[in-house]
Amino acid sequence: MATKGPMQDPSVDPVIDPMIDPRTGEYAVIAPGHNFKSVTQKIAGIVLTSNTPLGWFFGLIVAAGVTMGLVVGCTWLFLKGVGIWGVTIPGAWGFAIINFVWWIGIGHAGTLISAILLLFKQTWRNSINRFAEAMTIFAVVCAGTFPLIHVGRPWLAYWLFPYPNTMNVWPQFRSPLAWDVFAVSTYASISIIFWYIGMIPDFGTLRDRATMPAAKYFYGMLSLGWRGSTRHWIRYESASLLLAGLSTPLVLSVHTVISFDFAVAALAGWHTTIFPPYFVAGAVYSGFAMVLTLAIPIRKFYHMEDLVTLRHLDNMAKVMLATGSIVAYGYGMEVFMAWFSASHWEFFMMWNRMFGPMGWAYWILILTNIAIPLTTLWSRKLRVNVTFLFILSLIVNTGMWFERFVIVVTSLYREYLPSSWGTYRATKWDYMIYVGTMGLFTFLFFLFVRFLPMIPMSEIRMMLPQTKVTRGVDAETATEETA
Amino acid sequence: MPPREGVYGLLAEFNTPSELVHATEEAHRAGYRRMECYTPYPVEEAAEALHFHKTRVPLVCLIGGLMGVTTAFLMETWINVWAYPLNIAGRPLFSWPAFIIPAYEWTILFSGFSAALGMIALNGLPQLYHPVFNAPNFRNGATTDKFFLCLEAVDPKFSLSETRAFLEQFPAVSVVEVDH
Repeated sequence: MATKGPMQDPSVDPVIDPMIDPRTGEYAVIAPGHNFKSVTQKIAGIVLTSNTPLGWFFGLIVAAGVTMGLVVGCTWLFLKGVGIWGVTIPGAWGFAIINFVWWIGIGHAGTLISAILLLFKQTWRNSINRFAEAMTIFAVVCAGTFPLIHVGRPWLAYWLFPYPNTMNVWPQFRSPLAWDVFAVSTYASISIIFWYIGMIPDFGTLRDRATMPAAKYFYGMLSLGWRGSTRHWIRYESASLLLAGLSTPLVLSVHTVISFDFAVAALAGWHTTIFPPYFVAGAVYSGFAMVLTLAIPIRKFYHMEDLVTLRHLDNMAKVMLATGSIVAYGYGMEVFMAWFSASHWEFFMMWNRMFGPMGWAYWILILTNIAIPLTTLWSRKLRVNVTFLFILSLIVNTGMWFERFVIVVTSLYREYLPSSWGTYRATKWDYMIYVGTMGLFTFLFFLFVRFLPMIPMSEIRMMLPQTKVTRGVDAETATEETA
Repeated sequence: MPPREGVYGLLAEFNTPSELVHATEEAHRAGYRRMECYTPYPVEEAAEALHFHKTRVPLVCLIGGLMGVTTAFLMETWINVWAYPLNIAGRPLFSWPAFIIPAYEWTILFSGFSAALGMIALNGLPQLYHPVFNAPNFRNGATTDKFFLCLEAVDPKFSLSETRAFLEQFPAVSVVEVDH
């Protein structure tokens, strides 16, 4: 994986940056000089400090203010109905589904980092998996809002769950909407349990280090009495691996099921077999972009540069490059199939998507999702340039939102019958609710970084050189070396 | 259960995982069986030294998964075939391929919860009180940077003076008595 190859003699080519491993030329996963105690102090200190940084309060208040958009928007929606949105016939699916798919896609990187990279024994994931998982859960919360409020009579949304009721009405299991309910609720439940299980040992650490009685009690209850017994650890590791193994197909299936919402419809632009893999790749792409959007300011604000190093940013950028290329292939295949299928409607849909009245959206998508990221991410210099990556992550998030917009809107508003053509225009309520969910997401995230350990301490400890166990007669000499 | 009294065991504190593993191996060799290591992160070698290999977490997870797939598939079939048959576009009532997706999701839901809750249950958690927390040095180190070996008093080989002498031959930081 080393892009530079092994370094030559250090005296000829001195390594100035202490973060670069001279053997591989790669950035270190953890800055040198850390030990068990320093790592614990650094991470637990953020949670247990009594001096909350002022910036945190400022951010929390701003986020809470933006969340009010969601509250006001939803209140008006419940009073008036979905007519306040821009949805009409034929554009019957607007922002609600766009934002739902966008948010749930963002969540996917969290599961990917915590599950797939764990199975592949990618230890660099350890520094970023906790907040990536938090991101997943908060993104699923935001995503879940949309299907809930878009059903017209949201107070009856629970009818989608199979439960015995006096009306003897049951859900229809041949419908992708019912599949969605199962996929998303399973995804949310498994993500939360995986997240919580991962935090139990860290809660134990926080309980033992807390000085204030309230914090001791709070983390003590959450830690369930964790004491780090070896037998517990083995079962814990086994459960973590199983959860990772279960989450991996889950994360692939969730976005696949969501793509079925579209693919099952007999509509040009939606009815394609490429949707499941293409949606999953897009989800991972936007998810990693969101991890970068969050990780870069957080590591700066909390001085976490030695735990979330340039190596992490570089690796995440590489994942984005790979998934972005899959997404680009997907776009290419859509165009190719529109021509190759010789279907008049498919061809018109594609032409309309590119050059019709909403063609601007398609070209923004190509620019932000393909042109800018996939030309720049090849450069290692740019991949480790923090400012550039932050801006790029925002660009990709925008691009992925436009992808959902293009898929939903430009397939719907000009379908088979020209007599039923229409257009779609979002209203201020659409925007207010959408921006409001961003506020909710940020609000939850601010609470998370303040009250929960944002980097898994027990997993970081495992990566330190002191963890090496030497056997027999060497044990005592090893003690001196590592002490 | 009446409160238990007396000595729970002897707790030796070590600075490195190597010392802990070495001491645990020696204790096993000396015939001690009722013992436990406490570490701030999973130390596989310690589990080997304790001769603890198999967990039943995967079995619990498998049973959960099988329960999930069966429950979901039977429920869907019952609902859409008998309880509330809906004829949509002339599709067969028992359209099982469509039923697989929710059944698959419930397989994962049930097995995930079984793995997580099964792990907690097999570990005997939540257990907010445990004698080792009584050791003065335990809470300072066990979840941060120290490694502990506890030889428990229920072991037939346990004797306060001999076991203490046994543990003191290792480079332990301290050997303390743990009360119930």
